[in-house]
Amino acid sequence: MGKLPAIIGTLPMMIVAIGVFVIGIAFTVVLSFTNTKFFLINIDFVGMRQYDILWSTPRWLQSVANIWLYGFGHIGLCVVLGFLLAVAMDQRIRGEDTFRTIFLYPFALSAVITGLVWQLMLDPIWGLQAYVRSLGFADFTFAPLANGSTALYGMIIASTWNGVGVTMAILLAGLRGVDEEIWKAAKIDGIPTWRTYISIVIPMMRGATATALVLLVVNTVRTFDIVIAMTGGGPGISTQMPATYVIDSINARNVAQGTAGATVMLLPIAALILLQAFFRWRAARIKARAV
Amino acid sequence: MKLIMSATALLAAALLGGTSVRAADVEVVHWWTSGGEQAAVSVFANEFDATGDKWIDGAIALGETARATVMQRALGGDPPDASQFNPGRQYEELIAAGLLLDLTPLAESEGWADFVRPAQIAEPCLIDGKWWCVPVNIHMQNWAWASVAAFQKAGLEVPTTWDDYLGALPKLQEAGVIPFAVGGDGGGWQISLLANQLILAQLGAETVEKIWKDKDLELAGGADVLKAFQTLKGLGEYADDGSPNRSWADTTSLVIQGEAALQVMGDWAQGEFQVAGQKPGVDYACLLGPLVAEPKYVRTGGDIFVFFKQNDPEVERAQLSLASLMVNPRTQALFNTAKGSAPIRDDVDMSLANDCMKAAIDVLKQDGSVVPDANQWRNEAFTTAQNAIFSDLIYNDATTPEAAQAQFVELLRNAE
Amino acid sequence: MSAATTTYGVEPSGPKPRRVTPARIGIYAFLIVAAIFFLIPLAVMILTSMKPMDEIRGGNIFALPLNPTLDYWVKAWSSACTGRDCNGLAPGFFNSMKITLLAVPISIILSMLNGYALSFWRFRGSELMFGLLVFGAFVPFQVLVYPIIFALSSVKLPWGGTLFGTLPGIVIVHSIFGMPILTLLFRNFFASLPGELFKAARVDGAGFWRIFFSVMLPMSVPITIVAVILQVTGIWNDFIFGLVFAGRENLPMTVQLNNIVRTSTGTVEYSTNMAATILTGAVPLIVYFVSGKWFVRGIAAGAVKG
Repeated sequence: MGKLPAIIGTLPMMIVAIGVFVIGIAFTVVLSFTNTKFFLINIDFVGMRQYDILWSTPRWLQSVANIWLYGFGHIGLCVVLGFLLAVAMDQRIRGEDTFRTIFLYPFALSAVITGLVWQLMLDPIWGLQAYVRSLGFADFTFAPLANGSTALYGMIIASTWNGVGVTMAILLAGLRGVDEEIWKAAKIDGIPTWRTYISIVIPMMRGATATALVLLVVNTVRTFDIVIAMTGGGPGISTQMPATYVIDSINARNVAQGTAGATVMLLPIAALILLQAFFRWRAARIKARAV
Repeated sequence: MKLIMSATALLAAALLGGTSVRAADVEVVHWWTSGGEQAAVSVFANEFDATGDKWIDGAIALGETARATVMQRALGGDPPDASQFNPGRQYEELIAAGLLLDLTPLAESEGWADFVRPAQIAEPCLIDGKWWCVPVNIHMQNWAWASVAAFQKAGLEVPTTWDDYLGALPKLQEAGVIPFAVGGDGGGWQISLLANQLILAQLGAETVEKIWKDKDLELAGGADVLKAFQTLKGLGEYADDGSPNRSWADTTSLVIQGEAALQVMGDWAQGEFQVAGQKPGVDYACLLGPLVAEPKYVRTGGDIFVFFKQNDPEVERAQLSLASLMVNPRTQALFNTAKGSAPIRDDVDMSLANDCMKAAIDVLKQDGSVVPDANQWRNEAFTTAQNAIFSDLIYNDATTPEAAQAQFVELLRNAE
Repeated sequence: MSAATTTYGVEPSGPKPRRVTPARIGIYAFLIVAAIFFLIPLAVMILTSMKPMDEIRGGNIFALPLNPTLDYWVKAWSSACTGRDCNGLAPGFFNSMKITLLAVPISIILSMLNGYALSFWRFRGSELMFGLLVFGAFVPFQVLVYPIIFALSSVKLPWGGTLFGTLPGIVIVHSIFGMPILTLLFRNFFASLPGELFKAARVDGAGFWRIFFSVMLPMSVPITIVAVILQVTGIWNDFIFGLVFAGRENLPMTVQLNNIVRTSTGTVEYSTNMAATILTGAVPLIVYFVSGKWFVRGIAAGAVKG
């Protein structure tokens, strides 16, 4: 009854939603319980064996540890610096457009480019270290990518350079959503500016902060391109990520192992969604009680 | 414009179909992208083009990437016409899936089984009486390449044993050269290669076979192997800051320029010295074993080509023509001279080969000298994990030889 | 739309400034230091690409080129090598163009239809579909790589081969992964339109398609600009899909950039690498500089979650 064209018009969406996001993911999850090498031949179900191997493989364990450290470092820096920049930008400064253009342009560049540029910057022979040494500081050492214990920090610098701008833009939008009257009221009450930010403005920016965080988390879980362009996962395995483990396993004709890793990568997303569902349920219950 | 033109050309070709001249394009994927390697692959390309068919070059940098791409294309139903692999288990899935062209009729008519020697070279291609691939060369992996100039700079002779070399490391460092040249790209395959050759040089062929072929966990977890892991760890401390993501060829380049003292790498590195115009014994030293005074073994790897079924008789004819060309004596001589590898047959004129190569071929001819690469016994999933363990040992200060050894034993235990 | 996209650009709301105070100097100092941090890599890219390696050696990455040259740009564009292929980035540029020009309109039209149907023509299960789609926005791509290789390779093309490794294949992949965000974007946009508009058209007897083409499409120009910017930069900057799905003939510029940089020539030639990097980044950068505020809305929209 008139709805048929709508169903036809959204057919691609249904194919994508079910075909890709439901069946595709189910396919991945099912394969993780098999011994699939590469082609779908000679397949047996092996229970949890792939997961046992996964969690006893040092490279995977390192990848998981890395994504936490990298995630906290990258997201933390983006949020803190992004917020500070947004606050600074919100002080009726001159040249706001110019500053915004400068802070945001890296985001237009791909992760591959970000990785390559920062690889040069951090190269001990060609980059910043050599520059500072040429100024006369012969012992200056800044070559994070050369050492397994610091390489991840080099990657955090690069990805933060890329991502701070967008975080700033979102938080700035949040700041400007705060009512002018609140500032006036705070001033009348004699509350210092910094306290107004911390106890009044920041809590009011929950929406923008959540938006920025979700964007950062989703992108962090996927981290892949920048690793390939910047370090290739090294030195050693010090900058490997779950995503590179998954892709390398598939490439090495160990699809079952790769899909086991991929399935684990779904967990944080699943947790986010469950969390959201829980809050919705709670909100609904509170509402129902109120009636 | 170019697009429209090529589309028109395609259309025309499709319409003309069978009436066109007997010529087919053969797309060949390989990972020979360094200077020396390109000189070698050009031999194949030029010789093949001269037959009237056309070599379509599908070079993809880095073996891991190239093999992954070929596999994905095979899974996607769009494999190239031919592809390079290392002999062993890298292509077992392709055979099992029935995707490869059976070369048996060609091989039997040309008598490949008679002239391909030593027998270990034929084995990875001749499986249950059927030929699935073409061996094109024998690479000997257990070499060290040393810069004479770099050792001179430190006032040292080029060492001939591991003990000499390990003793020389601090002096080299003082002299301002990179004592040990190694690169960590592609997940660390160069370091795995180093570890394999080191264990061969120090513990012998029997140990290598017991560990990688028979999965002797006790031996792999034992004191002798631990010593090799400790040596590796020690060597890592003498690598330079630029090492972690460097390719083997860029690393060899450091040795060529005398900036680094020594690199453990297969004989393909020799191609780079040749392109740079350097002479063995004068500019650089080649140390088989590696670094064994009287080498008894050659660790043989090499390259093979598989051909994918294309269901097109014209392409198949050209594929077989290429397969035949790759093993003929003339191509073998030209190709292997450029590549720095040994030919797969005895009746090849290798007068052009240099002293390093000739010495290796002499060892190769002795009984029991051939030790196959671990690829013959273990699959690529194993290799990838092994690369991670060895490169972690070298580049991660916190990883102890004992921990790396325990990981290696665990990997062997799970290996299929 | 969220606050992020609608309120952007209104006047600063912070406390009113009081002349020149130490605090204000501090703010400017902070902004200027930050700006320098953000600009350094761009400067290094440009400077390095215009001088030979000898002039970079010895810690001179910031030195101005003695004889500025565009030779490395020319080389990166037309003759840098990947293996035996020495055609530079140019083929990658045209491949990226092809992919972008096809995938952007297709993904946008599909998502626009989705958003429109989800706002005005809800049917049984439409919200569930939408929920699944939004879930898709969060899924790491790597989870789906193998199943999609598998799916594409099972579609046989009439002229031989399969969808895998073809231009249509990579366009489909981009359309799939662009759909969640874009659908969200359009759904929120259409939902913000007054319902009377739709009801009036219904009373006039217009159906699904007519309302779409004659009422909704003309009204969605602003949001479509946002979507175009989002997609052009997203697709141009893609690496992993191009790497896996595009096939040898269609490798996008980012993949060729990485190949060129990874091809060994004995020493790393940063001059050419940086020239190649600039060339690859040129398109999204131009989009960014030209579209300014729209770009900000675009990326903010990309971050919007329902």
